[in-house]
Amino acid sequence: MRFFEYEAREIVKRAGIPVTDYGFTTDAQEAKEIAARIGGPTVIKSQVLSGGRMKAGGVKFADTPEEAEAHAKDILALEINGHVPRGVLVDPRAEFEQEYYAGVVWDGIRKKPVMIFSPVGGIDIEQVAEEQPDKVGRRHFSNILPFGDFEAKEVIASTGVTGSALNRLVPILTRLAKLFVENDMTLAEINPLARLADGSFVALDAHMDMENEARGRHKALLKDLGVGDDETREAREPTAFELAGEAVDSQDHRGVAGNVTEFNGNLGLVIGAGGGSLTLFDAVRKYGGDPANYCEIGGNPSVSKAKGLAKLVLSKPGVDKIAVMMSIVSNTRVDIVARGVIAACLELGMDPAEKIAIFRIPGAWEEEGFKILERYGVEYADRSVSMHEAARRAVEKIGAAS
Amino acid sequence: MSILVDETTTFIVQGITGREAVNLTRECLDYGKGAKVVGGVTPGRLGREVHGVPVFDTVQQAVAHHGAPIDGSVVTVPPAFTKDAVFEAIENGIKTIVIVTERIPRRDVAQMVELAALRGARIIGPNCLGIIVPDVIKMGGIGGPAKDAAKAYSPGPIGVISRSGGMTTEMSSTLTAAGLGQSTAVSIGGDAIIGQSYAELMPLFEADEQTQGIVIYTEPGGRMEAELARWVTENDSRLPIVAFMAGRFMDEMPGMSFGHAGTIVEGKEDTATEKIARLAEAGITVAEEISEIPDIMKAKIAERSVSA
Repeated sequence: MRFFEYEAREIVKRAGIPVTDYGFTTDAQEAKEIAARIGGPTVIKSQVLSGGRMKAGGVKFADTPEEAEAHAKDILALEINGHVPRGVLVDPRAEFEQEYYAGVVWDGIRKKPVMIFSPVGGIDIEQVAEEQPDKVGRRHFSNILPFGDFEAKEVIASTGVTGSALNRLVPILTRLAKLFVENDMTLAEINPLARLADGSFVALDAHMDMENEARGRHKALLKDLGVGDDETREAREPTAFELAGEAVDSQDHRGVAGNVTEFNGNLGLVIGAGGGSLTLFDAVRKYGGDPANYCEIGGNPSVSKAKGLAKLVLSKPGVDKIAVMMSIVSNTRVDIVARGVIAACLELGMDPAEKIAIFRIPGAWEEEGFKILERYGVEYADRSVSMHEAARRAVEKIGAAS
Repeated sequence: MSILVDETTTFIVQGITGREAVNLTRECLDYGKGAKVVGGVTPGRLGREVHGVPVFDTVQQAVAHHGAPIDGSVVTVPPAFTKDAVFEAIENGIKTIVIVTERIPRRDVAQMVELAALRGARIIGPNCLGIIVPDVIKMGGIGGPAKDAAKAYSPGPIGVISRSGGMTTEMSSTLTAAGLGQSTAVSIGGDAIIGQSYAELMPLFEADEQTQGIVIYTEPGGRMEAELARWVTENDSRLPIVAFMAGRFMDEMPGMSFGHAGTIVEGKEDTATEKIARLAEAGITVAEEISEIPDIMKAKIAERSVSA
């Protein structure tokens, strides 16, 4: 889950890392008051979860509080890549000597967090790493032992930084490592980290990403920041169809039937079993099919969940048929899914034989499932028909229908 | 032979009294030569039995009751308690730990993996279905009930490593239907950080005489495939590898996440296209469809035996 800049800065501040005397607001008049309090040139920054703020006109400089107010008014009304800003940040325009970079991310291969430090900040760190590799220090650290001062010194010194800058940077890096670990972040980045004329350091911007799975253990922090439980912070807002999918899933605790993503095609998909859904979605597209949705079903859902999901997909405008397909299942009962999807057709007044392009779920209780499907004339396949072949048949049928 | 487990392997089930764990225990006892499930652990349930398996409050009690070191544990406790359960297993001398639980934050996984490395233990998963040696033993829910597992898996020369639990069975079933049995199939889990990656399991398969080829299932996200490609190149592996890559469509939808937590598209290096190219450079064939895997594998094995 990504944080807005104003939230990320608050997290940095709480960790004991110096930040500027910024203010966050959703009101242009208040932006003026913040600018007056700061008393000097300011930067007005749009608070959106999208890159390219500067290019889109979401970052502006002001010399007076009145100018800050005018900029805030414009920026608050400015959509960036389809995102309406949450508010604006009014920040002192700091005079700094040099920009640095400090960040922590996970390395999935080494299975450890890695501290990345560079005396060249303010721009794309990936680019710096490529063009000036000696200016980017990396250091993996333990998941069990705390990140030590010596580790900070080593990574800073490896980039050629010495003198008082090195000593002043050490606590910033150790605090950043600590906040990364303690808050279950997947990314914690200060960029730029500015060295001011008096030699002190201050975080001018920060990016924080918290692991969704860990949200539950950071309730107090999220509450303090005003992040609602229902805020998904996905790359795009969920559609009504996707929310309806979640509602089907939350009906009861048995199995998974939901996690749907909406597309514009005519073939509805009730597919699943983890990697099976990725495989089947690819297969449908490979044969020229046009999926109406991606979805997951598995883990032994109840009849009503399977029915709810199939009804949702069948009711989506533009959907001609649905394909019900999975890889070989072991703990999902085939007969239960069969019952659910047939009930969905019947309750919508549709003919299962016509609406279900194919049913390919081999596995537990399949004989019972196949009997039910036979009774309603639905085409089904066992494990001797590959996932790709099943997808091909479904696409062929919908082609014949349109 | 096999890797990780064989017919002599003893293991416990942590969280044994949960509904899924009760089924899993039954399945393991019934399959192949019958797993040696020597105990179960659920705090506060000392003295109960699950399908004849005695239940203890702690792993320490289970080890004391068994009277000898226990080889493995299948951990199926809620995410909030998994780390402690795994630490408990490791500190009680258990060397092979299969974590079934889903949705464990990666910090916890990384801590478990680090402690395991310090103690010479090995973690499979989390969010995985475990390990199966066809007709011999299964450790975990892999393949489902014994009679269903027997339909999909057969003994033979192919090692299977899969990031998706369900696809482990689908691919093995396809191999079985084509007359290619499996030496060991391992569901390694699809999360961003897992106990054992493809490359980390390769030395075990490499040392296993029964294994003549490897089939892997993979997805976008992470750098495990690049790691495998590098390992194969650097170690001059004797084993031909055929891969199947699902989720190719995700390349066209950057920033969206689908399915497994580990398949979140994080960058260009993690895309299906990029991974396919890297695997191909290392001589690993990426099949377009699962049904093509057996023929590609047979051709590759024949090629190696001619050149050997």
